[in-house]
This record gives sequence, C-alpha cells and structure tokens, in this order.
Amino acid sequence: MGNPMAEGLYKEGIAAQRLAPDQYPKNFADLHPPLDRHEALVESDRCYFCYDAPCMQACPTSIDIPMFIRQISTGNPLGAAKTIFDQNILGGMCARVCPTETLCEEVCVREVAEGKPVQIGRLQRYATDTAMSRGVQFYQPAASTGRKVAVVGAGPAGLACAHRLAMHGHHVTIYEARPKPGGLNEYGIAAYKAPEGFAQAEVDYVLGIGNIEVKNGQMMGRDFALSELAATHDAVFVGAGLTGVNALQADGEEFEGVENAVDFIAALRQAPDLSQLQVGRRVVVIGGGMTAVDAAVQSKLLGAEQVTIAYRRGKAHMNASEFEQDLAASKGVTIRHWLKPVRILAANGKVTGIELEYTEIRDGRVAGTGEMVRIDADQVFKAIGQTFDPMPLNGSGSAIAMEAGRIKVDDEGRTSAPKIWAGGDCIFGGDDLTVSAVAHGRDAAESIHRALISNGRA
Amino acid sequence: MADIRSNFVGIKSPNPFWLASAPPTDKAYNVVRAFKAGWGGVVWKTLGEEGPPVVNVNGPRYGAIWGADRRLLGLNNIELITDRDLQTNLREIKQVKRDWPDRAMVVSIMVPCEENAWKSILPLVEETGADGIELNFGCPHGMSERGMGAAVGQVPEYIEMVVRWCKQYTRMPVITKLTPNITDIRKPARAAHAGGTDAVSLINTINSITAVNLDSFAPEPTIDGKGTHGGYCGPAVKPIAMNMVAEIARDPETRGLPISAIGGITTWRDAAEFLALGAGTAQVCTAAMTYGFKIVEEMITGLSEWMDEKGHRTLDDIIGRATPNVTDWQYLNLNYVTKAHINQDLCIKCGRCHIACEDTSHQAITSMVDGKRHFEVIEAECVGCNLCVNVCPVESCITMEALAAGALDQRTDRTVSPVYANWTTHPNNPAAKVAAE
Repeated sequence: MGNPMAEGLYKEGIAAQRLAPDQYPKNFADLHPPLDRHEALVESDRCYFCYDAPCMQACPTSIDIPMFIRQISTGNPLGAAKTIFDQNILGGMCARVCPTETLCEEVCVREVAEGKPVQIGRLQRYATDTAMSRGVQFYQPAASTGRKVAVVGAGPAGLACAHRLAMHGHHVTIYEARPKPGGLNEYGIAAYKAPEGFAQAEVDYVLGIGNIEVKNGQMMGRDFALSELAATHDAVFVGAGLTGVNALQADGEEFEGVENAVDFIAALRQAPDLSQLQVGRRVVVIGGGMTAVDAAVQSKLLGAEQVTIAYRRGKAHMNASEFEQDLAASKGVTIRHWLKPVRILAANGKVTGIELEYTEIRDGRVAGTGEMVRIDADQVFKAIGQTFDPMPLNGSGSAIAMEAGRIKVDDEGRTSAPKIWAGGDCIFGGDDLTVSAVAHGRDAAESIHRALISNGRA
Repeated sequence: MADIRSNFVGIKSPNPFWLASAPPTDKAYNVVRAFKAGWGGVVWKTLGEEGPPVVNVNGPRYGAIWGADRRLLGLNNIELITDRDLQTNLREIKQVKRDWPDRAMVVSIMVPCEENAWKSILPLVEETGADGIELNFGCPHGMSERGMGAAVGQVPEYIEMVVRWCKQYTRMPVITKLTPNITDIRKPARAAHAGGTDAVSLINTINSITAVNLDSFAPEPTIDGKGTHGGYCGPAVKPIAMNMVAEIARDPETRGLPISAIGGITTWRDAAEFLALGAGTAQVCTAAMTYGFKIVEEMITGLSEWMDEKGHRTLDDIIGRATPNVTDWQYLNLNYVTKAHINQDLCIKCGRCHIACEDTSHQAITSMVDGKRHFEVIEAECVGCNLCVNVCPVESCITMEALAAGALDQRTDRTVSPVYANWTTHPNNPAAKVAAE
C-alpha cells in the first residue's frame, strides 16, 4: 500500500481535494472553445454548399446545414440560428454533445476529400449561441387551441415536443421527476461539454416561448399515474428516458466503492464545488459507451491518478466514438479491451480492486478465455448500459406494448395506447442520442397536433 | 539560368517588375526600400505642377473587398497625386536615381491640359536623370474633376495632343498611361500612338464603389457620411486589364507598340501572363501594398524558374507569345467539340456540378444513378460549356475532353469534322462568306 499520510493526487482510497483549487475550473472548461466571429467566417467559407447535402441527410433532425452555414458566411448568424431551431430547438446542446464525427461531419465531403470536415458542430454552436446570448426568440405560440397536452420528462425529447406543441397553440404541462428540467443534458453528460450552466440556460430559452408549464419532482408511477394524465389531458407524450442500470453480473457489486457511472456523472454535474467531490486514487470503469468515457475522463479530471476503462469487446465494438476514445486517451485514461468483470475485490467492505477475465468471440458470442487479470481500484463505475423501467407505465388502463424492453411506437411516435405518444431513449429502435430524442419529440408533437386538430381529441 | 533583364523602350532594369505610380513610390524612403528589396524599377508617384501641392482627404482613402479569411481581392482608393512639394520630389528622384543607376526610374506626371504646363515641367524632370516619363491620363477620381487624369484619357484627341507636346519638349521616352474607364481601349491607345508615344501602360484604376455601409447608407470609404467613386485595383481587375492589353497588342494600328502592364499583378504567374499577351514590363502596386516589397523575390525566382523549366532564355522569348492566339469570337473553330468528364476517383460528391448544370445550364450531369448518389456527365446533353469544371472544388476532377475527328457527338448526332470551320462560313450566318462544306 502507498503512503497513508499522502495528500492530494496520491491519497489512498476515495477522497476529495486531490487537486489545487484553481485546477478544477481549468480541467472542466469548455472542451471545444466557441469560435469567434472571424473563425466562424473562415470555417463557414470551407462549406461547399453541396447539392442534396450528405451532412443534412446524416442529421437525425435534418437541419439544413449548408443553408445555416451559408447564412453564417454572409454575416447572418441569427438567420442561421433560426434555420437550426426550425428543425431542432435544442440545437445549442446538440452543437455541443452530438457525436458529429459519426453524423454530419463524418459524411462531409471535405472529410471524404481531405480528412478534415467542415466543423459543423462548432458553427452550429456559433449561430445558436449568438441567438441565445441576445435572447432572440424566433417563435410565438399560435392562437390557443384550448387543448392540453401532458409531457412526461423534461429531457431533450420532452422539451422538443413541448416546444413544438406550444408553437401550435396547445397548452403543455411537463412532469419531471428530478428537481430540475433538462434530463440528461442537466444530469447525464460530462461537465466540460456544456459548462457554465448551459443546460438550464437552454431550458429557459426553450420555455421562453410560453404556454409550457414545468412541474419538477413529479415522478411517473410515484406522484401520478399515466392513466390519470391520459384522462385529464387531450394527449400525453412520454419521454421518460432510462432509469435502470444494468448489473455487472460479477460478485461483490455491494461493496463500498462500486457505483453507477450515471450517478457519479449526475452528482458531478450538480456539485456546487468540484473540489469537494470524492474520487478514487485508482478508478476502473466497466463499459464501452459514452457514459463510460464521460465517467472515466471526469474521474481523471478530478485528480484520480489511474483510470482504466475495461470493455468486454474490441475497440471497434465500442459505442463511444473514435473521438471520445481519443479524448479519453489524451486525458490519460487507459482503455483496455477484451476484459469482463468477474469479481470485485474488497477489504473491510471497501473496494480494493477488480478481477477480470480475458474474453474472445467464440461462436459469435463473447466468452471468457479463462485467463484472469487484476486491477487495483478504490472505485469501480458501472457503465454497461441503462434500461427502461416499465413499472411506472402500469395503471395506464391498458398495457402499453413493449419491444425489447422499451416502448414500442410507430413511425409517428404513437404507442399502442390511445392518446399516448412516446419518444427519446425510452422507445425501441432509437440510438440513445440527444439529437434523435429531439427528433422524436418534435415529430411526435406534429403527430399529436395533427390528431388534435383533425378530430378535436387524440 | 534565364536572363530576365528588361529593356523597355530603352529603359533598362534588372527585371521586368516595376512598382506602379502609387503610394509605394511617393518618397525616396519607400523607393529605396523597394530597390533594396529587389524591384527592377519604379514609376514615381505622379507629380503635379509647381505651386501649392494638392491636398488629400484626412479620412479613409481605401475601400476593399475580401475573399475567405480576409484575403484582399480588390482595393480602391480616392487618393490624389503626390501631395508633396514638387521640388522635394525632384530632389529625391535625382538622388535615388544617382544611388541606384541600374534601376528604372520613370516619373509620372499630371499637369493641366495646357502646352505651357507640360513645357515647363518636362525639363525639371529631365534634369533629375530619370529614365522616362509616364503620362497619368488615368486617375479616375478627384483630378479628373479638374480636367486632368481620366478626363484627358477619355478624350483621344487630348491624349494625342499632350503626347505630341511631350515628345516635342523632352528627349525622355514617353509612356502614356491609359484609363480603363472607356468603352474601347483601342481608341486612346491609337491616339497615343498617333501622338508619337514610345509606349502605353495600362490599366489605371477602374471607377468603383467597393461597399455600401448598411447602417449609415454611405459608400465606403466614407468621409464624414459621404463617399465617392474610387479607383479599383488588385487581383479582381486582372482579367479586365489582360483583355485591354491584348486588344492593344493585336490591334493592327497599335501592334508592336510597347506595353507596360498594370492590373492586379500579384505573382510571377500573373506577370508571365501579361508578358505573354504582349507586355514588356509588369507594374505592381496592390500586391506590394498588401504584403510589402518582399514579394518581388517570389516574382523574380518564380519567373526565372518557370523560364528555365520551359527553356525560355530571355524575356523576348515570351513577350507576345500568346497574342496571336487572341482572336475574335467569329474565328473560333465551331467544329471543336468537347465533353465534360468527371473523374470518379477524384469526385468528392459535393454535387455542385450537378446543381449548376441542372438549375442553370443543360441538365447534363446526373445526381443519382441506380439509387446511389453519383455524378456523371450525360454526353447527349453536354454542350461542353465548362461551367462544371469551374464550380468543382477539386482541381482536375472534371476535365474537358475534346472529341476526336470522326467521333460521334451524341448531343447533335453528328460526327466531328476534322475541318476548321468558324462562324464566318457557318450556314446559320446570313452574312456567311462561303457556304459551309
């Protein structure tokens, strides 16, 4: 064991204040600093204004990317912002968190041509930041239809749905389980991707249209039943996200020091003072997605000395994008592949390490090779996926059809239950991206609107 | 090693790169810096007659347009001729010429359109030991309102008259600088030639407004809320200047008249193109005002290396080489048929060729083939216009391929004739001199 008297970086166990106080704001500053006006003009000039642009096709919300970039290049960032918001009212957050390297920027013809795509995400941020910092609201609610719609969950799907419904003149009430709206934008992504309270600023901007009421601390299944909402509203949109966390299926998950990565990330996002947040000297993150990377990188940025991501398959199978993997590596995180957890090791009920087994693909499945490895750890984060908890849906009158553990919807977002639509991570067939959740919410709102104006009731 | 020494109407310089009459040549300080940097010669900024010097505005003199990353593409100015005392200029010219005898020292002059005005200034300039004079008949703003500059250059009879006076009262070579703010550049060139000029230089700057401020609704550069047209120069004007140089070079009346080219020359390549069109020297201003005098090093080495590579030994080997290939539209070969060809390995699938052709031209490029994004030329529709080549962001991705004689042009269903045939003999031409084929 190390020096029990050590402070800071080398302090044993799980501890706060590993870094000098002035290091925290530096570590958690904006990952991609905003483009200034000239940088934005130069970058926008790189766009070829492609015909039937591949970037636009790759965007889950189908933002007219060549048009908004052209608007930036002509000195019209507000027009650019409106082009973006027309399709994606959460364009500000998407500009920050979208894995652009696997969406618009991956298919940018300049990526194809020279391996250097137009920086679409940063340009989108330039435009949306310009509009938001000036408080420009592009949309007003249409004349009231007198219809009431309930939205469950104030995450990206719920907010996008509520905004579009408000635009069409419907009155919206959002029921949010957490103390604050924003969903994963507020609780679930790395702090350096949206610093300076951007998530709440964006919520305020979206709600700025009016006609949307948010009730925080209202959890479906605890504080209200879906059936009640359906009975008291003309339509309901469920954008409840994923609340369950997959278990490791390894011994010792109960030991002190084993935590859900999503809880760690949420705590970090809500911490008033990052220096008071505890983190292990040695951290192991189990998983291979964005959440694993967010937890690992932030552990490192909080001062953990040694951070390892252990993933049960190979590099190419990781859900975290290449960019995210590189980011982790650049921050000093070690990514190890082909390892699955077998046993959490502990002393006095506290984690001291983890035993993992090497894996390989055998008969198309991941299987252990029998070879074991141990990694010392004070803290183990589970980031092996989240699940939808269908229990709160109960009591809706008729059971809502599910598929592979998530809500089944048609291509307009309609569930099997009358008057109830759903979108975001809780539905089957999505890709768990913020931008896709926005598209679900927006499209469900249009579907709800069509239903409400065609027959008066959904 | 190529020999790039220049002998232009007897004015010798170690290279053909001169600084044009403009702010960079207004004082000994600047000119000496230019000579140290390697410039072959200068045309000293225009002198006016004895007496109180002209005054300039005390606000912005320049307007500009930019490309990406604020690359300066065009500049305009509302500056007048030198606002320094005549004697000061003459003293400095004399000193600099004495210190730099191997460089070309040409002095630009603009005095009222009166014989005595010219008669009195010419000996003063001659006394400096300058190599020649350039008559500023081009300045489009300010001075033209006083009956000088472009006001003279726009009236061929005045040009001829003044040139005659100059030839009469000085032994120095006379270069007549022409304004492009005229319908047919050949007319003033012919007049200068008739007056006995040794050479012409062109183009002077083009009347222009570079921008309008959309807050104050005033043209830029703005002086206390107002603006005026200024002289436009820089890379943007080069195509206009090249045409005018070529028009004079191939005009039967002025053919062989030495030309000093001016207009957007920024690189050795620009200069080489002007030389090929018939110019003997290349005058530069905007490029120097954008990047400083050091650019001449690139011009000298670039021109020399290109000449070495191509086996041209002296400037005479390249001057005027392109002139015979500039012709009238009516003499272009109508039996020359080209088709665009898209290199699929180079294509990055931006689709600009398609939309340009589809929206604005001949619907000759696909966007989708077998359900896949794919851009290829439909030869049966392609007229060979070259628009796709010009809008394609990838160099050499789209090329124009000439159809060999005997090949079938799918658009017209006719085989390509090996015979040169132009509009003058075309059956559709009511004035055709000979029946086709």
